Amino acid sequence: MPYTSELKELIKVVEKTRPERVARKKRGEEFPMMSLEERDEILQRYHPDYQQEGRRALRVGPNKGYVVPDEFADILEARSRIEPDKVDLSAPDMETDVLIIGGGGAGTAAALLAEEQGARVVIATKLRHGDANTMMAEGGIQAATKIEKDSPYYHYLDVMGGGHFKCDPELVYTLVTKAPDALQWLESLGVMFSKFPDGRLQSIHGGGTSRKRMHYCGDVTGMEIMRTIRDEARNRPNITVVEFVPAVELLLNEHGGCSGALLYNLETEEYMVVRAKATILAAGGCGRLHIQRFMTTNHYGATADGLVLGYRAGVEVSFLHTVQYHPTGAVYPEQVEGLLITEKFRGAGANLVNINGEQFVNEREPRDVESAACIRECLERKLGVPTPAGRVGIWLDSPMIDMLSGEGTVNREFPGKHILFQRHGIDIAKEPMLVYPTLHYQNGGLKIDSGCRTSVPGLFAAGEVTGGVHGENRLMGNSLLDVLVFGRIAGKNAAVFARESAREGKLTLDHVRAYHRELETAGVVTDRVAPMLLPDYTDPEVRKRQLTSHYQGTLR
Amino acid sequence: MSAKEEKRNSDTAETPGTEEENVPGSVAKLIPVYVMGKRYEVPETLTIMKAMEYAGFKFIRGCGCRGGICGACATVYRKAGDYRLYVGLACQTVVEPNMYLAQIPFYPANRAVCNFAQLTSNPEEIFKLYPELFRCIACNLCTKACPMDVEVMDVMSALKQGNIAKAAILSFNCIQCGLCASRCMGELPQYHIAQLARRIYGSKIVPRAEHLAEAVSANSESRYDAYLDVLMKMGEEELRRVYREREMEPEIATEDWVPNDTQYL
Repeated sequence: MPYTSELKELIKVVEKTRPERVARKKRGEEFPMMSLEERDEILQRYHPDYQQEGRRALRVGPNKGYVVPDEFADILEARSRIEPDKVDLSAPDMETDVLIIGGGGAGTAAALLAEEQGARVVIATKLRHGDANTMMAEGGIQAATKIEKDSPYYHYLDVMGGGHFKCDPELVYTLVTKAPDALQWLESLGVMFSKFPDGRLQSIHGGGTSRKRMHYCGDVTGMEIMRTIRDEARNRPNITVVEFVPAVELLLNEHGGCSGALLYNLETEEYMVVRAKATILAAGGCGRLHIQRFMTTNHYGATADGLVLGYRAGVEVSFLHTVQYHPTGAVYPEQVEGLLITEKFRGAGANLVNINGEQFVNEREPRDVESAACIRECLERKLGVPTPAGRVGIWLDSPMIDMLSGEGTVNREFPGKHILFQRHGIDIAKEPMLVYPTLHYQNGGLKIDSGCRTSVPGLFAAGEVTGGVHGENRLMGNSLLDVLVFGRIAGKNAAVFARESAREGKLTLDHVRAYHRELETAGVVTDRVAPMLLPDYTDPEVRKRQLTSHYQGTLR
Repeated sequence: MSAKEEKRNSDTAETPGTEEENVPGSVAKLIPVYVMGKRYEVPETLTIMKAMEYAGFKFIRGCGCRGGICGACATVYRKAGDYRLYVGLACQTVVEPNMYLAQIPFYPANRAVCNFAQLTSNPEEIFKLYPELFRCIACNLCTKACPMDVEVMDVMSALKQGNIAKAAILSFNCIQCGLCASRCMGELPQYHIAQLARRIYGSKIVPRAEHLAEAVSANSESRYDAYLDVLMKMGEEELRRVYREREMEPEIATEDWVPNDTQYL
């Protein structure tokens, strides 16, 4: 729906201050960056991670006592979808060298590298191959590729600063030193990066970067990367992809290692035992848990299943007390609510302005700081823009981009968003967008070492399901990098493990029985079942009439 | 399920700090739509996807990113009294009264397996992998069926003429939903052919980035390890200081900008 007449009036205020703001940009005058102390203060007061309400200490598992958002605690303090006694583990339905749980960027990169090591690979994915947050990453991918002005040293510092100096140094070292290699790999597979005519990669700033090292493919970087590596996986005879078959439990063996997983066919509702010499959890993030009731940019399947599986099998979690809110999710029109509006708009020159058309924050603060500043502007200073649906937003002044870089730039650089808003009667080259922070990324997750190994032998993990590399807050452009760098490492190491170290042994679900007992001992009385698998958006009135559905994913 | 949980599971969870409930049905007018021929009453402001969920459908197929980029929710529909067939993504298209719709979550299409590393930029190789390309009769139904406004027929025409670069650039917005293939009289798998063209273009036609190759070899020679080692062992206070004092590339800097401090390069 186009802007209402009320909003059109408010846009005039933005238009009035725009020429002066454009002139300031052209002169190189920037809104002052916050000091580290100011950042700390605004986070403490306005960022959802710092609010005490809506969190509780875990009562079971390896991180007992750790305080996390209720939504995480709800799925970790839940029973398995199956009764272990009912599962026949004696005759596996499928056997493979490497089983990969998750068909997004990390899982697919892992599959390619494992296959190159000579492994037979099975990717089990809950929805279609490529249905993942990777597909939706827009802004770009960081790597220090221009060594006359940048190096992994600066990339390392930026990652650390963004993550509040809490990141795991070994993981960050791996991320930044393997970054150029990951990009070169993508280039060889045919990813269409935005380039200068001589092949030089275009690059821009992102929030929290000290050098322009964000590389991109228009405004659909993740989609271009995902469809390319998926296409390559389809060329490889030793990669088998099973779709609409999520994993619901890991299978351990009598030696305490991981030996595959129990899968669930969403369409036929059969369970299936897969024995594997090595297993990789690449099941992605948690946006569809709607942490602290935030709207989300995430994929339909982002229900944190991998966390549940890994935690039940005994893998510790880290940094789950933080969740990333992207500063700019669409709040208007209602149909696109929660939709990610990439940081690249700000990188290209668009200001964030309040109802009076005034800037209130530098556009290149780290995401958490930027989000906190937007929340303060709306909630404390009451300078947000009200929407017809009763929400509140901030203007993202996209028309500045054409004024700064020439007519047609928005259309050329942001083809995806341009066409999408056009369908709703809004021309973002001429009119600003209304945005508000939106749940975007699971900063934390399962603990791994820099070889993607978990504490369970034979179990590896990569991508959003893991925690540590981004500390308490991830910088833009480091998630695509994360899934590729660590996906590739996991694939290679899992294949080597399968070849050299895997031990045959009787399959068991005893860890699930033990977890159930621990729940009972801790006094957790619940009919909650996890993993959730899929969210439920049925109208509550209709839900009341669906008497035989339990609303736990597709469990009926 | 508690009221709290119900709220948490709502796709349009409220903006924190605002008291407004967001149950679309409570304010919007209900209109009839026909899902696979069956009538449902849904709020007129919703997208097809949210309207179907409102009606009680729980998606397994036909729902993906919910942001118009993954191609999972291709939908075809007709309107009452109108012979034309319309297409859209369920997550992006707003319902209309008396819309007759069906999702096409999957459509079988031929995909040729190849050893990509060994391909060249010679268009003959595409012709060999996809001989059906020449069954295209330029009817333009594919273009009409594209929810992303890709000029699909022009992509195929460019390829027939051996112009891989043009095909790659024209097809860049393709989300591989498969609607083009579903309407094709020549039974072409346009979206697979275009994917191959883009990969050949990206890898074998566009010049490789020389600076990227340099960065890769600098890292493989461990050129930065000594500096990084210092950072990795640094205490938090010291690290904060180094972070604060790091030199920033100005926003308006051009491509030839170089820093003053070059000791860590």
